[in-house]
Amino acid sequence: MDPIKASLLKKSRAAKTESRGKLISLLCISLIVFIVLAIFYFVASKGLATFFKDKVSLWRFLTQSDWNPSLKDSHGRPEVGALPMIMGSFGVTFLAALLATPFAIGAGIFMTEISPKRGEKILQPVMELLVGIPSVVYGFIGLSVVVPTMRHIFGGSGFGILAGTCVLFIMILPTVTSMTVDALKSVPRHYREASLALGATRWQTTWKVVLKAATPGILTGVVFGMARAFGEALAVQMVIGNAALMPHNLISPASTLTSVLTMGIGNTVMGSLANNALWSLALLLLLMSLLFNLLVRLIGRKGAMGR
Amino acid sequence: MDAKKWDKVATGVLTLIAGLIVLLLASLLGYILIRGLPHVTWQFLTNPASTFTKGGGIGVQLFNSFYLLVIAMVISVPLSIGAGIYLAEYAPKNWVTNVVRTAIEVLSSLPSVVVGLFGFLVFVIQFKLGFSILAGALALTVFNLPLLTRNVEDALKSIHFTQREAGLALGLSRYETVKHVIIPEALPNIITGMILGAGRIFGEAAALIYTAGQSAPSLDFTNWNPTYIASPLNPMRPAETLAVHIWKINSEGIMPDATAVSAGASAVLIIAVLLFNWLARVIGKRVYRKMTAA
Repeated sequence: MDPIKASLLKKSRAAKTESRGKLISLLCISLIVFIVLAIFYFVASKGLATFFKDKVSLWRFLTQSDWNPSLKDSHGRPEVGALPMIMGSFGVTFLAALLATPFAIGAGIFMTEISPKRGEKILQPVMELLVGIPSVVYGFIGLSVVVPTMRHIFGGSGFGILAGTCVLFIMILPTVTSMTVDALKSVPRHYREASLALGATRWQTTWKVVLKAATPGILTGVVFGMARAFGEALAVQMVIGNAALMPHNLISPASTLTSVLTMGIGNTVMGSLANNALWSLALLLLLMSLLFNLLVRLIGRKGAMGR
Repeated sequence: MDAKKWDKVATGVLTLIAGLIVLLLASLLGYILIRGLPHVTWQFLTNPASTFTKGGGIGVQLFNSFYLLVIAMVISVPLSIGAGIYLAEYAPKNWVTNVVRTAIEVLSSLPSVVVGLFGFLVFVIQFKLGFSILAGALALTVFNLPLLTRNVEDALKSIHFTQREAGLALGLSRYETVKHVIIPEALPNIITGMILGAGRIFGEAAALIYTAGQSAPSLDFTNWNPTYIASPLNPMRPAETLAVHIWKINSEGIMPDATAVSAGASAVLIIAVLLFNWLARVIGKRVYRKMTAA
């Protein structure tokens, strides 16, 4: 082949770097997707072993309240009723969201409708700092301030769902607030102008027009906050008391999925039923996280249709 | 009561809520700093921890936190930049890309304890790394990758398309355009995001309990050979970080001055996080000024 033809047919240097660059970036993104799949595969294979290998019925796992995987019940079946932890997790999550939502909406309205300037200068950095504080620090504050306060007011040990709720409330507040602010900001200006032109006061405009239009966005924020609360491990574990019992009130020691996981996984033997049961809890946690994701999407789609 | 009065009442209530939140943060910070700072002495920052006696420090834990952070960032920064480039520049608009984006979203919303358990199962047991800095750094990478990737993607996407056209018009390939035109312009935003991510993993504990371990063997700060078992640089040694240390001494409660030590350690942790936030802002601005001649 003559050299001219060869040089024309050969890939240029630029084309080579291009395909190499593209390949490298493709590999990076594939790795991330691979990691996600691996997480699902490993957690699911471990978590399902309780039901397939140890023959625990799923119904029993979800509805019974005796958590003692190393013991057997009167029928000779292992005691793996996860209901106390499920109740605990949902309890702290819903209560924290219930408490945080009004505060978040209030702060959001203040930052967008009442005083955007002070909102941006003061509240915005405050929220960023609250997000940045590590969860163990929240746990430590809960342990040294919230729990003694509960003990003082209600008696008992002070550990329990209420203490967990207080800590989670502060932790999810910035998440919900910042998404509420985004939702309120995305309400078109002319909605407000139309309402004000009809003679409505600022509060009437906010309450009857702006909040209505921003509802899907605010809901998304609340769900995100709940997802964070549901998955939070250490801060909750430090203040909830860690007793795998059915919580009969808000100030008795209880436990959540995450708290049992952090306490237990190091104290059980890999492959034993006690260990597999813990992995089932992890799988439950994973599925709930997926569910929250799905909820966010559904709300987003519905919000988009409403426009 | 008429509408105007209601308006005043609502404004008052909302201002009160905003004030309460500011007060909450101020009291949180005040509590930690006032309780903690008196304990933070040079000795406290450099001495090793003591389990059964008073007066232990956080020296080893502090070093571990920074070392782990550096290794985790060394692994995750190039990966997230590559992935971000793909999503922003190459990804075609089809269902595969949608699946990839969903996967990243799911990964970013996974509870950190699940990431930690995955790390325990895969890195610690399957890869036989044991409780080690390397296993911890890999777990932190998994935890941090989705956020860093999204940050890089957003930074790249915010660059105007005319910049890309200009690069291509000069005869550069797409990759060369990204490397020499787009990334330099997006660099301030990328760096800001990376530093914020670093701050986030500096305080992370749940993902580390079962990957980097909960023990901090004493280190020999005179031997920096990475293969020596007590060397500070050895990536295969178990390494309890500052955040894990706070959790550990509070949930085990055998240390006589656990409250004092955790208050001090919390103060150090918060100051570090504040420092990261401040650095992110300052460095981002400085790089921007340097790159744009503005």
